[in-house]
Amino acid sequence: MLINRLATSSAFPVKLSLVSASLFLGLFFFLPLVLVFGVSLASRGMYGGITWIATWENYQRVLDPLVGVIFFRSLLFAGLTTVVCAVVAFPLAYCLARASRPWQLILLTLVMIPFWTNFLVRTYAWVLILRADGILNTLLIRLGFLEEPLPLLFTDVSVFVGLVYGYLPFMVLPLVVAIERISPQLEDAAFDLYASMGAMFRHVLLPLSTPGFLAGGVLVFIPSLGAFITPYLLGGGQKMMLGTLIQQEFLVARDWPFGSALSFGLMGTVLLLWFLLGRTSVGKDPS
Amino acid sequence: MMRLCAVLLTLLVAGGCSESSTSSESHSSQRPTLYYFTWSDYVDAAVVAEFEATRGVRVVVDTFSSNEELLAKVQTGMTGYDVVVPSDFMAGIMGRLGLLAELDLEKIPHVQDLESHLQQLAFDPTHRFAIPYLWGTAGIGYNADVVTEPPTSWEALWDPQFSGRISMLNDEREVFGLALQTLGYSLNSVDPQAIQEAKQKLMAQKPLIKAYTSEQFDQLLVAGEVVLAHAWGGPIARAMREHPSIRYALPQEGGMIWTDCLAVLASSRQQELAMDFINYLLDEEVALLTSQRLLFASANRHVRDRLPADIRNNIAVYPPNEMLPRMEWLEDVQEAIRYYDRAWTELKVQ
Repeated sequence: MLINRLATSSAFPVKLSLVSASLFLGLFFFLPLVLVFGVSLASRGMYGGITWIATWENYQRVLDPLVGVIFFRSLLFAGLTTVVCAVVAFPLAYCLARASRPWQLILLTLVMIPFWTNFLVRTYAWVLILRADGILNTLLIRLGFLEEPLPLLFTDVSVFVGLVYGYLPFMVLPLVVAIERISPQLEDAAFDLYASMGAMFRHVLLPLSTPGFLAGGVLVFIPSLGAFITPYLLGGGQKMMLGTLIQQEFLVARDWPFGSALSFGLMGTVLLLWFLLGRTSVGKDPS
Repeated sequence: MMRLCAVLLTLLVAGGCSESSTSSESHSSQRPTLYYFTWSDYVDAAVVAEFEATRGVRVVVDTFSSNEELLAKVQTGMTGYDVVVPSDFMAGIMGRLGLLAELDLEKIPHVQDLESHLQQLAFDPTHRFAIPYLWGTAGIGYNADVVTEPPTSWEALWDPQFSGRISMLNDEREVFGLALQTLGYSLNSVDPQAIQEAKQKLMAQKPLIKAYTSEQFDQLLVAGEVVLAHAWGGPIARAMREHPSIRYALPQEGGMIWTDCLAVLASSRQQELAMDFINYLLDEEVALLTSQRLLFASANRHVRDRLPADIRNNIAVYPPNEMLPRMEWLEDVQEAIRYYDRAWTELKVQ
């Protein structure tokens, strides 16, 4: 409605920007999506490649219990990653939001700097930290906490550490924005009313930061659901995740139609979760 | 602040997207340019630089890490690559799919210098599409400090004594081939029953496995993270230089022999130059330098005698001649690849 009114009543540039925006989205988002959907309905040729015989078979294969297990595991990992990111990011984001202006810039830059290095290199760095003769084990043994090195690399834990590390800033930044909007006076008011630290957090900070948690949650959850470099490098290729499965279908099994169907399954799952989340948060709104 | 955060987030997302993009250089250049698509550990800068200098051309190198990746990329069509390096069975597939140009052997006289066991291979007996370049075996790399009894069979990779300190290649055909051989089948079995049995065998092994990796096994051995590794010879030979107690063993079941081949893509617009490059890579002096640097055996039979004894006699580089007849080549299994794909996914889900 609003967009309609804007487009008809106001100045030319608005119309132009709308047209260019829809052109851009159509060309670089919608069209590729349609192409992938088309491929997902085709058949695999003998040596990979695509044979244009329409079939639902690829989507039936997505419903295979084997794929279900992989979906479930990926959802679990992505969910846990999101929760841990939120817990770790909140105190950091709070300090950042309440810091003085110059400090804020310095701290934000510090959060960002590691992420200007290639993601692959940073993931490899974790291999060096976590392996048997790596930095962490060596340190723990030198300090006398351990006798034998702990098997850290190529476990579920190492994949998990890699995911949390990789996506943490996606949670920090939206939280900083959300917390900055909460007036410090509200905190003071809570304390004036004899709220304990915990009560203030539960009744003031947490509910008011919800938009930050939601935005950050989406930004962390979706990429960790489809992550493939981290499970591959830090998981030792032992447990297949959705990202690794899709990558395998495209590059190893060369079954593009099935890989495309899996991608759509992944997208569908994300949309469904988004829809459910929307309903629950709308439902809670009046309170 | 809000705006700053938004900008930073955009940067982050953009950074995330570019993580797997490879740099591609523009095609515009004065000098003719040859695009060479090869394995990630196959390039010696000096060898490429000399070709560039003597021919007055530019060589752009791009790399892949598996045959399947090579095929997937070439199948998309307009890749722009001229010379590619598929392994034996993949050269056969690519030839049959019409992706490779027919070679003009007049322009590649060094085809006469091939090792005798590489002269007539089933996938391309007359070198219509492909010429062997480097070859080797898959076997067992191990740390002799810990594994005191040299492994003689693939079964060593099922030894519970070394639980959690064993790695396997992350390659479905190699891993299933190994399991099939221990069960007495051919590594090219197309029998679903045999593949199921192999899967059961691998499932039983999985609790002992530290990692499935085709890129890191040599580093894992050197770091002591694993003590037994299903491995290709070349990286093990390189690891021996870093760690003297690393050894290589070929299993009595036969093991696997492979050769990576030089081929020209049918879509190449530099066919002449591409064949010249292939001939150059097979030249005795160039091949000698390549083998010394990369520690892979050269397909040029004259190279073997000129290599230092420690390379020539290293079974990770040159398997003993008497082993050759027992070794198996990986072959295209056609439709049966579906059974392998399925079993591999099942193995990785557990």
